[in-house]
Amino acid sequence: MKFTWSWLKDHLDTDADMPAILDALPMLGLEVESVVDRSQALKPFTIARITSTEPHPNADSLRVCQVDTGDTVIEVVCGAPNAAAGLVGVFAPVGAYVPGIDVTLTEADIRGITSRGMMCSEREMMLSDEHDGIIALPEDAPIGTSYAVWAGFDDPVIEIAITPNRADCLGVRGIARDLAAAGHGTLKPLESKPVEARGKSAISWKLDLPADQAHLCPRIAGRSFAGLTNGASPKWMQHRLEAVGQRAISALVDITNYVMIDLGRPLHAYDADKVDGNTLTVRLAKAGENMTALNEKTYKLDAEMLVIADAGGADDLAGIMGGERTGVSDATTTMFLEIAIFDQVSVAMTGRKLNIHSDARYRFERGLDATSPDTAMDYVSAMIVDICGGEASEITATGKGADWQRQIAYRPQRCLELTGVMVADDKQKNILETLGFTVSDANSQADHSWQVSPPPWRGDIVGSADLVEEIIRVSGYDAIPELPLPRDRVVSQAAVNAEQKRPITLRRVMAGRGMSEAVSFTFLDENTAKRYGGGDDALKLVNPISTELAVMRPSLIPVLMDVVARNQARGDNDVSVFEIGPVFADDTPAGQHPVLAGLRHGMTAAREWTGSQRPVDWLDAKADVMAALAACGVKTDALQVRADAPDWYHPGQSGTLNQGKMALARFGAMHPAFMDAHDIKGPAAGFEILLDAVPMPKSKAGKSSQRPLANLSPYQQVGRDFAFLLNSDVTAEKLIRAVRGAGKPLVTEVSVFDVYAGKGIPDGQKSVALAVTLQPTKATLTEPEIEAVSQAIIAAVEKNCGGVLRG
Amino acid sequence: MAGADPQALKDTILAAIDAADNPDALETVRIESLGKKGELTMAMKSLGQLDGDARRDMGQALNAVKDAVTQALDARRSALAMAELNRRLASETVDVSLTPRPETAGVIHPLSRTLEDILAIFAEMGFVVAEGPDIESDYYNFTALNMPEDHPARQEHDTFYMTPDADGQRKVLRTHTSPVQIRTMENMQPPIRIIAPGRTYRSDHDATHSPMFHQCEGLVIGDGITMAHLKGCLIEFCRAFFNVDDLPVRFRPSYFPFTEPSAEVDIGCSRDGGGLTIGAGADWLEILGCGMVNPRVLEYCNIDPNEHQGFAFGMGLERLAMLKYGIPDLRPFYDSDLRWMRHYGFMPFDAPSVHLGLS
Repeated sequence: MKFTWSWLKDHLDTDADMPAILDALPMLGLEVESVVDRSQALKPFTIARITSTEPHPNADSLRVCQVDTGDTVIEVVCGAPNAAAGLVGVFAPVGAYVPGIDVTLTEADIRGITSRGMMCSEREMMLSDEHDGIIALPEDAPIGTSYAVWAGFDDPVIEIAITPNRADCLGVRGIARDLAAAGHGTLKPLESKPVEARGKSAISWKLDLPADQAHLCPRIAGRSFAGLTNGASPKWMQHRLEAVGQRAISALVDITNYVMIDLGRPLHAYDADKVDGNTLTVRLAKAGENMTALNEKTYKLDAEMLVIADAGGADDLAGIMGGERTGVSDATTTMFLEIAIFDQVSVAMTGRKLNIHSDARYRFERGLDATSPDTAMDYVSAMIVDICGGEASEITATGKGADWQRQIAYRPQRCLELTGVMVADDKQKNILETLGFTVSDANSQADHSWQVSPPPWRGDIVGSADLVEEIIRVSGYDAIPELPLPRDRVVSQAAVNAEQKRPITLRRVMAGRGMSEAVSFTFLDENTAKRYGGGDDALKLVNPISTELAVMRPSLIPVLMDVVARNQARGDNDVSVFEIGPVFADDTPAGQHPVLAGLRHGMTAAREWTGSQRPVDWLDAKADVMAALAACGVKTDALQVRADAPDWYHPGQSGTLNQGKMALARFGAMHPAFMDAHDIKGPAAGFEILLDAVPMPKSKAGKSSQRPLANLSPYQQVGRDFAFLLNSDVTAEKLIRAVRGAGKPLVTEVSVFDVYAGKGIPDGQKSVALAVTLQPTKATLTEPEIEAVSQAIIAAVEKNCGGVLRG
Repeated sequence: MAGADPQALKDTILAAIDAADNPDALETVRIESLGKKGELTMAMKSLGQLDGDARRDMGQALNAVKDAVTQALDARRSALAMAELNRRLASETVDVSLTPRPETAGVIHPLSRTLEDILAIFAEMGFVVAEGPDIESDYYNFTALNMPEDHPARQEHDTFYMTPDADGQRKVLRTHTSPVQIRTMENMQPPIRIIAPGRTYRSDHDATHSPMFHQCEGLVIGDGITMAHLKGCLIEFCRAFFNVDDLPVRFRPSYFPFTEPSAEVDIGCSRDGGGLTIGAGADWLEILGCGMVNPRVLEYCNIDPNEHQGFAFGMGLERLAMLKYGIPDLRPFYDSDLRWMRHYGFMPFDAPSVHLGLS
């Protein structure tokens, strides 16, 4: 919402200066977005007249002009096609900064003639994009005076942000009323001379709405005007409208725009001669009915849209935009004025369906002063007759009126209860009354409540909390005391539960392993989503920003692949990243799964002199995933590895980690075809953990921190090595399980220290060497005991894995 | 050998020990003096040929020589070993200015760090974390927050819509974390004190808006909780978070459909000298929105507004991170440029806590 300083003072009688008002506005909830004093930049520009011109001796396209600046005549070289003797325009002297060309003028030699200034176009002064010629002002513009002052640019423009509840402040008067309530002056009465009504209105209203739709237009008023002259509106009005970004068009159009900003009250003016018949009907559009609006676009209407129609059909989208057919023009001499209330929801819905954003719609859908069809009529009529001459008819109005009157039972004590700030009863009452509320405390109830009625322009006020806000907003939020939140315990409890803590812990674990944390968009393009098992219709956005960000991600691997690709494109080749975030299986809350994923790419380190670097591989990914699962409290020894990872992993170098039937994680080298699709070169290995599949560690006896007793044997542990000859397809996991099973309870550790196939080993077989640790708990192991365990291990490997001990 | 001269013998052997310049030569000296056929051994064996006092005197003298030789041999052996070690160590000298084997340091994203700072502060004030889904129903995202269909405030949300289901119901990507207020109040009776961080979405993409961003919501419902508590709680938070004890904090009237009265919170700052400094100064920076929970919202959650009241607030994590750490641009937050991550990221083991300090 933009207005000018002088415009505000039309409604507010105040001694306060502008800085004081600018400080007061935000503290009332009216946030100041900008203050622009356009005259500052235009100070050096004055009004001047070209007294004579002659062709430039050395350039056909230039003219040498003698310019009368009021106190002297200056020679200026000018290339504008309209630079002719007699033209009154805007002159910039030597030393002036011309913003549109970003130049500070100096005396310039232009093809042999010295030019001592410049006649300016609107674009050169950054007033508009107009650059067809230099500005041509009216003949009577005062030579030698400030252009900015003459043009009304010395009235600072204030822009404030209006929250959706404050429809009343979409008019200058509403803002003045707020300031007055807060003690920054008094609201001037709305002056309007009564307009003499002559004869019946040329056009009358007809409400033609189904009984259950009567609320769509509770009140509509109008009157016709005859003998008008629709010329240019007065300069002061043009200046104000242009200052707030409205282009001056003609007096009648300008008046409707002016009142919309002045009172926040949109109006519509019909050219009465263009209306077909003498009745305007408020009705729902007929399905398929077309209408060309004032923006020259034709809209196809449906039967839910409220329109105003004459015998020729719909020609006003109620509350949104008028029709082109019956609109006023410069030739208009008879006009019919519409001041109406339409249903906010209906206006919003129609506006949205037709995608029309107008200043009128913006105000209608936020709610107007419900009584304004009647109370604003004189103000508007007087302005029309003043400016355009002619005379007004009697008023014609219909509709039983909007249902705006309501009473709110309000206990003044509520202010203290809700905000902790004590505002005296009489002050509360005074604030409400200055804002236009009616307060009745005469029949004070047993609970000391008042009956408060909001004014017709405050549709947003529905309950006591709203009244409290009005009171403390005006009395000042600064007066609210600061109290610490009461504490029910001295030592605070944990803010996170075990599940919520997990991502925080995992973040440290992964970063501690040298991976950096990425935060990526949760949506990606549809093709990628489908390649990674997603792309269901339910997970597609209807209105994505771009096709690249159109579908909710089914996996974190593609976003991490893109991270690697982007870094590789910048020349950073060895990238290790992880992300903790949601992936989506469907659109329900249960279909959103928290995932930890990591991806390593390139070499383990940059090339360096010890040669420790090597390409990353599936073992790096497995080490990462095991470390993460261990940090989640999973006993990783007991997990089953299966070679059934999804398609985006290398089919021979990947696997899943399972607890029974529950797959917790997958890991492996990435599939080259998938890397290609992301434009990644070089090896990459990654993993994904489905965090909600990983069970929380069981804590026995509820929240006890107790751990089982450590059972540390006093007897020495013994190591024995075994090498078995096995078929190639026997997994290490199977072999180790056989050894552990056979060696219970003495075997505590089993690790693979060599895997070999090739020379000396039959085809289709491999040798796997194990280091087995035996830990006695009752007595030191004797050789026969060790031998017995060894034989049991060898027998189990033979039976379960078909393995033979190598000699 | 009866005429052996112990002193001469001693001199000869000690001279030979001194002359031995390696362990082998020293061993030869030992064998030639103290070995089975060594000079000193032989001299002691020949003592039997002497009589009485002469035997006793010669015996004492030779024992003294043996002690001296043994000591000299030990000393010389240690000296030679030390010399040998020094020689070896000298041969092992390296260029210690060379780089060690490389290790990659991982970093934590500044958004995570910001959130952890926030958690640490609100945990001190008795808050616990609550969460909700990113894909939200229209009801939770809007209606129950007192934004019925066609409420003008909805237009300001630039909502992303999901494909409608068979019944024409369309879900949304939550435009704020406020739906977690509703989900919490539906499942929990007062007193309530939660914060709800999470990803949020709006259909806006330019230098200062991202289609995905992060918010942290707060909700307090309890007996006698007033706007004074709201003010106390958030002022405390702002001062702790920005680590400025006298940080000016200003509450301005504003509007959110789900709070009444509503406020926006500004913190003091200074732009003197071009840079931005958080603290007392001429300017204000808007950092969060808040207010007393609207009675309508409580009613939607079946909490009697005549019995219970409280406050809610919401803040943008990116904005807080940018202000606190002086990060100028929004877009790199989601780009994962390693250079940016290393520059603005945090060490994993420096976890924020109230007792050890925040970032």
